[in-house]
Amino acid sequence: MSKVLLLAEHDGRAVSPATARTLRCAAAIPDAEISVVVFAAEARALAEQIATLEGVARVLLVNDAAHAQPLAALIAPQLVELAAGYTHVLAPATTFGRDLLPRVAALLGTSQVSDVMAVETAMRFRRPIYAGNAIATVEVTALPVVATVRIASFQAVGVGQAHAPIEVVRPAAPLPTHTRFVSQSVATSGRPDLQSARRVVSGGRGLGSAENFRRIEALAAALGAAVGASRAAVDSGFAPNELQVGQTGKIIAPDLYIAIGISGAIQHLTGIKDARTIVAINKDPEAPIFEVADIGLVGDLFAILPELEQHVAAAAR
Amino acid sequence: MRRILVAIKRVVDYNVRIRVKADGSGIATDGVKQSINPFDEIAIEEALRVRERKQADEVVVATIGPADCQPQLRTALALGADRAVHIVTSETLEPLYVAQLLHKLVEREAPALVVLGKQAIDEDNGQTGQMLAALWQRPQATYSSKLELGDTAARVTREVDAGLEVIEVDLPAVVTTDLRLNQPRYVKLPDILKAKSKPLATLTPAELGVALVPRLRVVQVEPPPQRQKGVMVKSTAELVAALRDKGLL
Repeated sequence: MSKVLLLAEHDGRAVSPATARTLRCAAAIPDAEISVVVFAAEARALAEQIATLEGVARVLLVNDAAHAQPLAALIAPQLVELAAGYTHVLAPATTFGRDLLPRVAALLGTSQVSDVMAVETAMRFRRPIYAGNAIATVEVTALPVVATVRIASFQAVGVGQAHAPIEVVRPAAPLPTHTRFVSQSVATSGRPDLQSARRVVSGGRGLGSAENFRRIEALAAALGAAVGASRAAVDSGFAPNELQVGQTGKIIAPDLYIAIGISGAIQHLTGIKDARTIVAINKDPEAPIFEVADIGLVGDLFAILPELEQHVAAAAR
Repeated sequence: MRRILVAIKRVVDYNVRIRVKADGSGIATDGVKQSINPFDEIAIEEALRVRERKQADEVVVATIGPADCQPQLRTALALGADRAVHIVTSETLEPLYVAQLLHKLVEREAPALVVLGKQAIDEDNGQTGQMLAALWQRPQATYSSKLELGDTAARVTREVDAGLEVIEVDLPAVVTTDLRLNQPRYVKLPDILKAKSKPLATLTPAELGVALVPRLRVVQVEPPPQRQKGVMVKSTAELVAALRDKGLL
């Protein structure tokens, strides 16, 4: 039997959709018993949320004011202590999991499997390399398996029948003081979360300015979509970094992805290739985005955007 | 002497369209242009800027790999690094192994700061910096987009999923770079000549007392599934109709 310890991600109030997606991956490990651990300053309500999720056998709760903000250097030694006896340690491949889990793997004396996109056996996994231009099948040769999960590859699990037992644990590992949280600036757009949205409207350099970039907001609002951006748009200062979609930004898998003024650099395409339907609007008929688009439209963005917005608004009525 | 260690990796150049070998054993690299991993170029640049601000005295650049990694070290020297260390091995560069080798090098060099890319664009593991920090029992500041260095601590702005996070880490520490930390400079021709006389030391894993214990085995490498080419529409009205057909509006 595989004993899986899954690290929950949360913002202090709610468990992230990435956690439920990582659970789907954990459940794909043959004969897995899944424990979920949550580190927080006030972890009880979070643990209650996790306890209802499908496939969770038990929830471990670490309550400590020091975990009010998730700092890898503080969580890692405690997670390593709790990982004793587990065959697998998993975390979502978000900036939280990607930052933390290699530190855990090193302390456990193993290399990590990054960005698991499919589980073949308890020890064998598929993962993208070269910005998704190749897929590697890798086998872990000694337990434990430490892996981050590419969340775009897995659907979130739902709420299950049972309520898993919650256990308060107090790891003895001392918390280092060499790393301190200072501040976080969180964008509050009022739009759906980019990483879990079913529809995403993204803008690229073709929009020309930060002011023009805001014009895609109206379309996104009409569609109930999240807003994304290409690296070029972020580098040009049209959009903040957290909107970046691509290999080095967010990897997403919405039902509908509308790319506006995005040429389609390889690293951007890597971030969207699991989208069910890709729509590309670009003035350049040679833009590589059209190679992957399900529906392409060549034309002037600034003429098309208001028309599209009207059609969508009309369809919604 | 305040020292910054920059760890770099030689990778297939980011402009190369890679090809998977027909036998599924890996990526074809024979005759393919190789370069410094782009995130590591940003790491070199950041270290040079810190030295130029007189906040460090020396920038040491290190790499791990076979003999043909030396052109990338020479490039780093031409960019302005003071000296280079090449850990020579043709073994598989598993993340933990790389971190163990760097850890031994860090013990010898005693840097105030280690800077490296957040990930290498070949294997996309994104593990080395965090693992080095773990083995060294020092702080890590990953995905940095701004670095403010003080005497005993650094304040680092990190690009995280929710936005930007600022943390403070005591020195020595490990910092990994994100895209927007800086814009790397270009190599100047006279500097390429000058770099030839800069010191480049070689070491072996045995000399550092580290042996590879493989934990991961690559079973197979294959090309990703291709998306079917879609349809081109001629107007917004046709686009809307196509979206309706797919049940998306």
